[in-house]
Amino acid sequence: MSKGRFGIHGGQYIPETLMNAVMELEEAYNYYKNDPDFQRELTELLNEYAGRPSRLYYAQRMTEDLGGAKIYLKREDLNHTGAHKINNVLGQALLARKMGKTRLIAETGAGQHGVATATAAALFGMECVVFMGEEDTRRQALNVYKMRLLGATVVPVTSGTATLKDACSAAFREWTTRIADTHYCLGSVMGPHPFPTMVRDFQAVISREIKAQMLEKEGRLPDAVLACVGGGSNAIGAFYHFIGDPSVRLIGCEAAGRGVDTPDTAATIATGKLGIFHGMKSYFCQDQYGQIAPVYSISAGLDYPGIGPEHAMLHDTGRAEYVAVTDEEAVSAFEYLSRTEGIIPAIESAHAVAYARKLAPAMGKDQIIAVNISGRGDKDCVSIARYRGEELSE
Amino acid sequence: MNRIAKAFAQGKAFIPFLTCGDPDLETTEAAVRAMAQAGADLIELGIPFSDPTAEGPVIQAANARALSAGTTTDKIFDLVRRLRKDVTVPMAFMTYANVVFSYGTERFVSTAADIGMDGLILPDVPFEEKEEFAPTCRKYGLDLISLIAPTSEERIAMIAREAEGFLYCVSSLGVTGVRGEITTDVGRMVRLAKAANPGLPCAVGFGISTPEQGAAMAKVSDGIIVGSAIVKLMEQYGREAVPSIHEYVETMKKAL
Repeated sequence: MSKGRFGIHGGQYIPETLMNAVMELEEAYNYYKNDPDFQRELTELLNEYAGRPSRLYYAQRMTEDLGGAKIYLKREDLNHTGAHKINNVLGQALLARKMGKTRLIAETGAGQHGVATATAAALFGMECVVFMGEEDTRRQALNVYKMRLLGATVVPVTSGTATLKDACSAAFREWTTRIADTHYCLGSVMGPHPFPTMVRDFQAVISREIKAQMLEKEGRLPDAVLACVGGGSNAIGAFYHFIGDPSVRLIGCEAAGRGVDTPDTAATIATGKLGIFHGMKSYFCQDQYGQIAPVYSISAGLDYPGIGPEHAMLHDTGRAEYVAVTDEEAVSAFEYLSRTEGIIPAIESAHAVAYARKLAPAMGKDQIIAVNISGRGDKDCVSIARYRGEELSE
Repeated sequence: MNRIAKAFAQGKAFIPFLTCGDPDLETTEAAVRAMAQAGADLIELGIPFSDPTAEGPVIQAANARALSAGTTTDKIFDLVRRLRKDVTVPMAFMTYANVVFSYGTERFVSTAADIGMDGLILPDVPFEEKEEFAPTCRKYGLDLISLIAPTSEERIAMIAREAEGFLYCVSSLGVTGVRGEITTDVGRMVRLAKAANPGLPCAVGFGISTPEQGAAMAKVSDGIIVGSAIVKLMEQYGREAVPSIHEYVETMKKAL
């Protein structure tokens, strides 16, 4: 019987070799998620080590400048390692340790998940191997250095398009080769069950906090929650505790790259179709024969041809909306937030900021938008400068 | 008796694999005829996929070569139509779930059965997900081949009981590719499968390249599957690879 379905999406489309590993993981997760000791340990790590709860910041200048809805920024960029990725990684690393695993492997796109995994491995004294598309190791050289500094081995992946999907395939292949001592610390709400559910649970801390903080500051729920979507882990984290609140619009911002009417895009909901890949049924950018498309975005973290199965379901049911944001709009938002609020967002998060700039003026001043700033933008400065025609050197 | 059962009826079966369209479909056609002549008992035709997650570097590269040569599922169906004019050896497609699903599972399976294919192997579809494809395969009489792995353990009986055609026994952890030695107790895997389904032919694949390995694996099973070693010949000799593939298949078949 197929497990881990979100509507028609999800499942476990993986080689037989990995089936016992994902079943063992599911069993361990089901046990520990209800174990008070595990939850206490995780909360302590999140608070004392990662710096949670992250702030919900009222962006007054941005609000005044746009002249519409009140804008709050959820500051996941202030977490240790600079992004929301650490929420999931601490959960999985702790689980892996409880399961007796001594080695973590991970895929990474922008490098944020790789850095977070390398960090947790250093903290727990575990071995760590991170797979990263060779193209991305060039775009994100600083994060490659950080991972090595933290004691991880970074393996550049040259197959396929040498980006995030290939890094992910390489990590799956590595896991098939070495299962007994190794946990695959998957970085997003994708892959085979139980990953989409487990990663969502670890990221749901974001919406749990937004809800409590918003009630405290405004005495009511926001009218819209915005987050960028690649695989969709920060977005599902920001949406999850609002799914049952129909008054809250949930808006995922996909990477349109050079535009959804060009081949240089990574907007899965806008341009993809139903398929089966990387362990799950969901929407994927692909050609008429099911060959996965070589997607493109300026953001290495959103440069993925699929979307997590729960997002695919939220799209099907209409509970969440998915919009496409181009490179140019994202870069412009990257610069805008830096100048207006003194906050340099990750280029991924800038996709959500870009849509907030469009949405806020169309909403009333009595309405509220929460934008998830999933990560910080230091890692992107070199490539954004290059996009604007400026070469930086140390 | 269907054609796949016949492949195992005359002693140990030798099952070669190649990726269709690597380096082009004309070479694939000639190579399939050569393998049939050289004594192959069943031939696995790989339909290339952009992201073959169960493959090692050799077959990954073959997939990339085939796709960049413009190979498509429709062109491979045409290839099979040409082959089936005179080639009677049983044949199975080996590809990934998305290739079948995106074509339309019913359209893919009915076409494959209609043009004379006998089986379908999808390495990214485990027992728990086979209902996605199995009912359609049964409807059109295409055997959906099940796989067991060294990690399957107590899953072997469950998988073997419902297996059709033959059982693909993955010899080692990891992806496809030549290995110096196979350390798994493959004989035990086969015994567990046969205990659950006595009539089920069991063929061993992953990592086998030499006649000695082939003979050792055939001793404990009903046949062996060789992919990467053949694809390597294709990589090395390209359009001139057919004679070496013929010779290799003959040597391996004799060793069993």
